[in-house]
Amino acid sequence: MAAATAAAGRAGLGFLRGLRLPGPAAVRGLRAGGGCLRQQEFTSLEEKPQFPGASAVFIDRLEFIQPNVISGIPIYRVMDRQGQIVNPSEDPQISQEEVLKFYKSMTLLNTMDRILYESQRQGRISFYMTNYGEEGTHVGSVAALDDTDLVFGQYREAGVLMHRGYPLDMFMAQCYGNASDPGKGRQMPVHYGCKDLNFVTISSPLATQIPQAVGAAYAFKQANTNRVVICYFGEGTSSEGDAHAGFNFAATLECPVIFFCRNNGYAISTPTSEQYRGDGIAARGPGYGIQSIRVDGNDVFAVYNATKEARRRAVAENQPFLIEAMTYRIGHHSTSDDSSAYRSVDEVNYWDKQDHPISRLRHYMVTRNWWDEEQEKSWRKKSRKRVMEALEEAERKLKPKPQLLFSDVYNEMPWHIAKQQTALERHLKQYGDHYPLDHYEK
Amino acid sequence: MALAGLGLRRAAVSTLRLRLATGSPPRRRAAHFSFQPDPEPTQYGQTQKMNLFQSITSALDNALSRDPTAVIFGEDVSFGGVFRCTVGLRDKFGKDRVFNTPLCEQGIVGFGIGIAVTGATAIAEIQFADYIYPAFDQIVNEAAKYRYRSGDLFNCGSLTIRAPWGCVGHGALYHSQSPEAFFAHCPGLKIVVPRGPIEAKGLLLSCIEDKNPCIFFEPKIMYRAAVEQVPVEPYSIPLSQAEVLQDGSDVTLVAWGTQVHIIKEVAVMAQEKLGVSCEIIDLKTILPWDAETVCKSVAKTGRLLITHEAPVTGGFASEISSTVQEECFLNLEAPITRVCGYDTPFPHIFEPFYIPDKWKCYDAVRKMINY
Repeated sequence: MAAATAAAGRAGLGFLRGLRLPGPAAVRGLRAGGGCLRQQEFTSLEEKPQFPGASAVFIDRLEFIQPNVISGIPIYRVMDRQGQIVNPSEDPQISQEEVLKFYKSMTLLNTMDRILYESQRQGRISFYMTNYGEEGTHVGSVAALDDTDLVFGQYREAGVLMHRGYPLDMFMAQCYGNASDPGKGRQMPVHYGCKDLNFVTISSPLATQIPQAVGAAYAFKQANTNRVVICYFGEGTSSEGDAHAGFNFAATLECPVIFFCRNNGYAISTPTSEQYRGDGIAARGPGYGIQSIRVDGNDVFAVYNATKEARRRAVAENQPFLIEAMTYRIGHHSTSDDSSAYRSVDEVNYWDKQDHPISRLRHYMVTRNWWDEEQEKSWRKKSRKRVMEALEEAERKLKPKPQLLFSDVYNEMPWHIAKQQTALERHLKQYGDHYPLDHYEK
Repeated sequence: MALAGLGLRRAAVSTLRLRLATGSPPRRRAAHFSFQPDPEPTQYGQTQKMNLFQSITSALDNALSRDPTAVIFGEDVSFGGVFRCTVGLRDKFGKDRVFNTPLCEQGIVGFGIGIAVTGATAIAEIQFADYIYPAFDQIVNEAAKYRYRSGDLFNCGSLTIRAPWGCVGHGALYHSQSPEAFFAHCPGLKIVVPRGPIEAKGLLLSCIEDKNPCIFFEPKIMYRAAVEQVPVEPYSIPLSQAEVLQDGSDVTLVAWGTQVHIIKEVAVMAQEKLGVSCEIIDLKTILPWDAETVCKSVAKTGRLLITHEAPVTGGFASEISSTVQEECFLNLEAPITRVCGYDTPFPHIFEPFYIPDKWKCYDAVRKMINY
């Protein structure tokens, strides 16, 4: 909308679209309005469209293109719900050790989710968002990347960090905003970021990361780094204007970026039927000239295979790829949401009990005798203990010193902010009793 | 030549006509200001006659030459830009460093942030400041807060956003705006407006080098109208430093961009007609602004007039005014006066009545002196 207005405005000032025409003669011709507009005769009998905006043939019947939403883009799957490989030629043949790591990342995230969710319910942290049901999309995708590939996320991709080895202490430090938080306690919980693990700090405004990821990918291409950028977002976020911007820029500027959409059926309370009427998100990719695929997001191997191939081609061909992982948001949107207000418990239970990425991978492992009930029990116990220890330690720590509310606004501290910092310090000297100073470092 | 600058050239031509043949009514109104070039800077080596768009090109050329990561992008920058600011740069540096983007401002700024996050230098162009609002979210929620929210793990400090700014004689609602105050309310950004070609190049190079996201507004009415001797080599003019262009003792006049030339004329008028000595300050950087220079001046003169093209309510003059009132309460001998655009959209045929021209400023000085 804005763009159209812009174009109209420019035309009004004399910045005519004519600028884009081949040459000044064309503009003058149009303006003169005279004989220049007369059409030259074609010498060839074969009439081909000459429009610069599309490469297509003429058609002599009136026909609107129908969107195909009943039979949409198929969902790529490698293993079934019982963990059986459907088509052996698609088996990624991941080693036992690696698969075990997949499983442990997913379940450790699940354990952390349960404990932090509870801790929010008890008022120990202010906010939390779980990853229930989407653990497979995180781990499967990040495992297919190089560690140096840059990740831009939305907020429900903690598994990506977990799989890259982000310590539990640091997850907790961020949620508690304690003195160990590299983010210095400034953002709400689950807004993680890690420079060393190439995970760009999360922010709340949806979709803003999408065109940013494209810019980063362009810079990588320029620097010849053989790195890709992966950008995660939900299906709701895909409705934002920034999603449109990002997809289009990535295609026209030929950027090595993987767009990874987690389509979990809901944006808070809004079902996909109120989010879009096309064939999900994957169907939009081709409209932008982007190679696109839809995968079963509860199948960690399907996610892995799609991401692996997208990565390989994105780097080699400098072009974007779109992966839409179909999944289901099993948990509430966040701790500020009760999802039973807009969807049935039966629906949730189906996905939790019968089609869950963790249980599916467990079936796979059990079939191969890589895992058993005993190991499951001991791992659960161990992971729970680790999470609890990290939580208790995080809770014991002081918050960072209040002065940290003033730094990093700019690279340097301008006079007016320095003055405000001094003013607060002076204020606290006199009125410190009325502030929670004991909980903060000095 | 492209049609792009036609409107501006016409404005310049009609000014000329007016000067040559006073008496016969000009077809178009004269420009509301007269540009007076700064003295030729001698400390930076060889200079060349440049108008404002050429000095911008020169700055961009210098930036791309010395920084291999620097890229320039936006709508129509590839062929040289609708205001000719990027002419020749694609041919010199390659199409992967100077390139067109799709027509989408939020995309341009988001994309620029992404480049900057990797550490490369991103110089984004928004075709008119009037069209920067689709990118408001990316600028305010993202660019401005990147370093702070990540605890300095990530930043987009190497991003500069350039945009043509200010009235142009006939730009109406969407080719005339001065949106600096919208951004001045946003911690994390730097906002800069030059008053002429020499300043433009030095300040733009400072913005590009600065480790914070900067918005650089280019007074488009001066693209062709303002000509100075500009150093060919790179040089920088510090940000957040106002400049006292003329010492005075009775009243302080503060402005930025084109409006600096208005207050220069007003100072002459006040001296001639009223015997009033005006101190003239070009603020240059809107955020973080140089309160010290302004307050020092007001402590001396005891009177302050601030003028900007943007509407008065919520305009940046309010910020200056209240700060000076806090800092210089005992020195002030008259209420601080703001001469600004009215609280209306920027109109087409009424532009001559809308803008805070020299007569409005002069009258305000007169009233302040007689207060």
